[in-house]
Amino acid sequence: MGPRLPLMLKDAGLTAFVAAALGIFIVGFRTVDTGGGKGLSFDYHLVDLAVAVVVIFIGRLGLSMAANGQRWPAIVLGGAMIAAGASPMKLPSGFLHWFVALGGVLLVIRAIWPWASDAMSAAARTPSGLALGKARSRWFGWLLLGAAVLMPFTPIADQKTMDLGVLILTYVMLGWGLNIVVGLAGLLDLGYVAFYAVGAYAYALLSTQYGLGFWTVLPLAGMMAALFGIVLGFPVLRLRGDYLAIVTLGFGEIIRLVLLNWFDLTNGPAGIGSIPGPTLFGAVFAETPPAGKQTVSEMLGIAFDGNHRLIFLYYIILGLALVTNLFTQRMRRLPVGRAWEALREDETACQALGINPTNTKLTAFAIGAMFAGFAGSFFAAKQRFISPESFVFIESAIILAIVVLGGMGSQIGVVLAAVLLIGLPEWFRDLGNYRMLAFGLAMVLIMVFRPRGLISHREPSIRLHPAGSGGSG
Amino acid sequence: MTSSPSTGPLIEVEHLTMRFGGLIAIDDVSFAAHQKAITAIIGPNGAGKTTVFNCITGFYKPTAGRLTLRGVGREFLLERMRGHEIGQKARVARTFQNIRLFAGMTVLENLMVAQHNKLMRASGWSVLGLLGVASFQRAEAAAVELARLWLERIGLMADADRPAGELPYGDQRRLEIARAMCTEPVLLCLDEPAAGLNPRESAELNQLLVSIRDRDGIGVLLIEHDMSVVMNISDHIVVLDYGRKIAEGVPLAVRNDPAVIRAYLGTDDEANDG
Amino acid sequence: MAYFTQQLINAITLGAIYGLIAIGYTMVYGIIGMINFAHGEVFMVGAFISLIGFVICSSVGISSAPVAIVLVLLLAMSFSAVYGWAIERTAYRPLRGSFRLAPLISAIGVSIALQNYVQLAQGARPKPGGQVVSGGFNLFTADGFDVRVTWLQIIIVVVTIVLMAGFTWVIARTSLGRQQRACEQDMKMASLLGVNVDRTISLTFVLGAALAAVAGMLFLMYYGVIDFFIGFLAGIKAFTAAVLGGIGSLPGAMLGGLLIGLIEVFWAGYFSSEYKDVAVFAILVLVLIFRPSGLLGKPEIEKV
Repeated sequence: MGPRLPLMLKDAGLTAFVAAALGIFIVGFRTVDTGGGKGLSFDYHLVDLAVAVVVIFIGRLGLSMAANGQRWPAIVLGGAMIAAGASPMKLPSGFLHWFVALGGVLLVIRAIWPWASDAMSAAARTPSGLALGKARSRWFGWLLLGAAVLMPFTPIADQKTMDLGVLILTYVMLGWGLNIVVGLAGLLDLGYVAFYAVGAYAYALLSTQYGLGFWTVLPLAGMMAALFGIVLGFPVLRLRGDYLAIVTLGFGEIIRLVLLNWFDLTNGPAGIGSIPGPTLFGAVFAETPPAGKQTVSEMLGIAFDGNHRLIFLYYIILGLALVTNLFTQRMRRLPVGRAWEALREDETACQALGINPTNTKLTAFAIGAMFAGFAGSFFAAKQRFISPESFVFIESAIILAIVVLGGMGSQIGVVLAAVLLIGLPEWFRDLGNYRMLAFGLAMVLIMVFRPRGLISHREPSIRLHPAGSGGSG
Repeated sequence: MTSSPSTGPLIEVEHLTMRFGGLIAIDDVSFAAHQKAITAIIGPNGAGKTTVFNCITGFYKPTAGRLTLRGVGREFLLERMRGHEIGQKARVARTFQNIRLFAGMTVLENLMVAQHNKLMRASGWSVLGLLGVASFQRAEAAAVELARLWLERIGLMADADRPAGELPYGDQRRLEIARAMCTEPVLLCLDEPAAGLNPRESAELNQLLVSIRDRDGIGVLLIEHDMSVVMNISDHIVVLDYGRKIAEGVPLAVRNDPAVIRAYLGTDDEANDG
Repeated sequence: MAYFTQQLINAITLGAIYGLIAIGYTMVYGIIGMINFAHGEVFMVGAFISLIGFVICSSVGISSAPVAIVLVLLLAMSFSAVYGWAIERTAYRPLRGSFRLAPLISAIGVSIALQNYVQLAQGARPKPGGQVVSGGFNLFTADGFDVRVTWLQIIIVVVTIVLMAGFTWVIARTSLGRQQRACEQDMKMASLLGVNVDRTISLTFVLGAALAAVAGMLFLMYYGVIDFFIGFLAGIKAFTAAVLGGIGSLPGAMLGGLLIGLIEVFWAGYFSSEYKDVAVFAILVLVLIFRPSGLLGKPEIEKV
């Protein structure tokens, strides 16, 4: 291992020391109510902390080995960590098992990464690899779409899966909508959930107060959200990127606080209930029809099944998401779409070319808001109950994380990221508590190691030479 | 209001003054630039050349002075216009000292973005475009044709679908000029286009600029340090020093002007450089 | 009048806390031009370390309030500083030279991660504690209303003034301050002249985090209860304070903090406490739109 080992040990030791300093109070001394009185006492977790610090020491050592090309020792360390995490040996908490094992997995991946990426890029350069890559980019989207369309008819489509499917698709749609604003136009919007809330409350109020149906309100809700986008965006879109982010965050919070406190309109924190679900040609999804209405099972002459409603909702959100996607794809190839991307790249140059930056940003902002409005009314119709609690900042952050992780501007990337960020935590319930922690860390790691996201390929909006010909160099 | 383009200068800068707090960056500078002519603005670092450009192209609001552009069929007072309107309506295009291409977009896309306003109108502010109306498709094809023309002129046809940021430095400089030209301007402002070019590229640039003057017949304003470019192709030279105009005239007169030699060109050796 | 005076006293106390946090935003923005979105969470971590510190003090039998306060202050400052250092080192430094929004997105990630880390480690329920100073005196009585100043309010204001004075001295007189100002002006030039830019930036984060920790401790002592979520609102309000005062300006941060304290307390006192946060957010939006350089900041001239 040579003379570098002492240096690496020292570095790992320092890292472990910092980790210990970070964790000693927050992790080591868990404060608990003594009960009765108002005092606190400690529940000590110093052993957990010690284990974590040792793991961090080993992990850091392994990482520096991998960075120095000492692959095998790193793989051995990583393997040992996985083994320790997976072993029945009793660590102080279940989380530590995961922590150790996942750390090991990451270390092994890091160690074989240079090999793997070399091998992959070599394989991609061979003729069959090129063909495969092209086929993949062309067919992968269609395959996903096919799977999404057929999913309700597969045996895995029980209620839980369908619920999850609806949830994931809602986030896919929101991600695609936000992608217009963040990915294409480069405007960091931290208050996106506000427009989602506008759409949801628009449907909830119009349906419960005025008896309007879902399909009537849907376009109205979209328009209202877009209008909000224009009204909010007009004064602030001139601001620099990071200021804009904070102002949108502020707007998001203002809207939430107004929803929370404007009792007469929104019923405050208690929210709005018994919101009607969407209808199919006027027929409702219910076992017994309300007065003057027909149920879907009567209309179609089939037996009532509670799952029908879910399947219907699934296809609505699938349809809405696809509309979002197609619309975006098309806008990207229009002058306004190119101007969005140009603004993201360099606003000053845009201005010099005679492009009105404010108007161009405003269209992106309003269109993004419109899709959030659609998604919002769908959400209200699906949940049948909404309250300000559903529209907190963390929702905006989750949608943003999906866009960032997917690769800003990439449509397929958003799908993958939504499945990863929304689907996985639902499958691994026992890790659910750690979901937001993982979100936050993932955002940092993505920015540090892969700022262009999972899918970093950008397809030009227009080509002079056909794709793949010599001209594209 | 209207005046025929052949009479009078294309742009007239009168008593232009720009102050930043207590600092006077430009002090009462007046000059004019004509159509079918290359007007160079030279001067030592910090003389205020780029500030003049920023005033003309609307990035700064001048403290005082008047900037009159006799454009297509009418006059524009540039100091009264908002930033992007100067490109859109008065048709003044510019390049930047440190190249500002849309690096992640392809070469062709850069040239398409330059034709944004024309295409926006043709796409019916995206409505007709979304519907795929034929008139928009024709307009887009025409825009691609203009882009193709410029790719030919700057020799980047083969690189049309590459991200602009991947091009070599010299190609990026030429692409930025082509992008400005795709806005179909009446006045082109170039901020040190020869900076960082090797002698061969610099000679190519000379040809390009001369062809823009002669073939496209527009006015060119040029900030440049490279005397081989300035002395060879300029029709008229304005010399700034510490924000003041210290001389102007044809290249020969300027290079022999004692004030210029003192302030800018320094020793005789450097003056002979061009 | 009495009510007004009482509100004024409360507002100044609150404003002092916001001002301390705002300094962290302003310094970091001044030196690397980024909004350290995670700064509010460092404040929250500081409050938690203080809470734990106070419990430790009482369990080892330190009963003297001044001793406990000084010990906890040092503890919170030094350990929060490690957080500031580690965040900069891992989440921001690798992103210098990345695309424009990368550091901000990373900062949001850090913020979410820290919130949930503290929630997981310490639980989601609000934690009471830190009330080691009690009592005060009546300033005057008018209209049957007692205007009270608590000892704690005096401590908060005095600690803030002392720290501000010390801090201004550091920036104006020490070599660290000079290097910091040099980096603010021109990072590349500073490094060419031998300023250790990395170290200077690290120290900026360390100092900012230490001040946020003090704010966290004072917040805990003032309100007597904290939870993992306090960093979000306090962070935004302090950021608003920094922007209002003129981001990049230290006196501006303090002035902005005071003003935000005044706005919040008086809005709640005279209009509606439900909408006091809306008032602060609205101020943020209005300032950014109409006077982005703030009250004491210098307008930015964009170089093209």
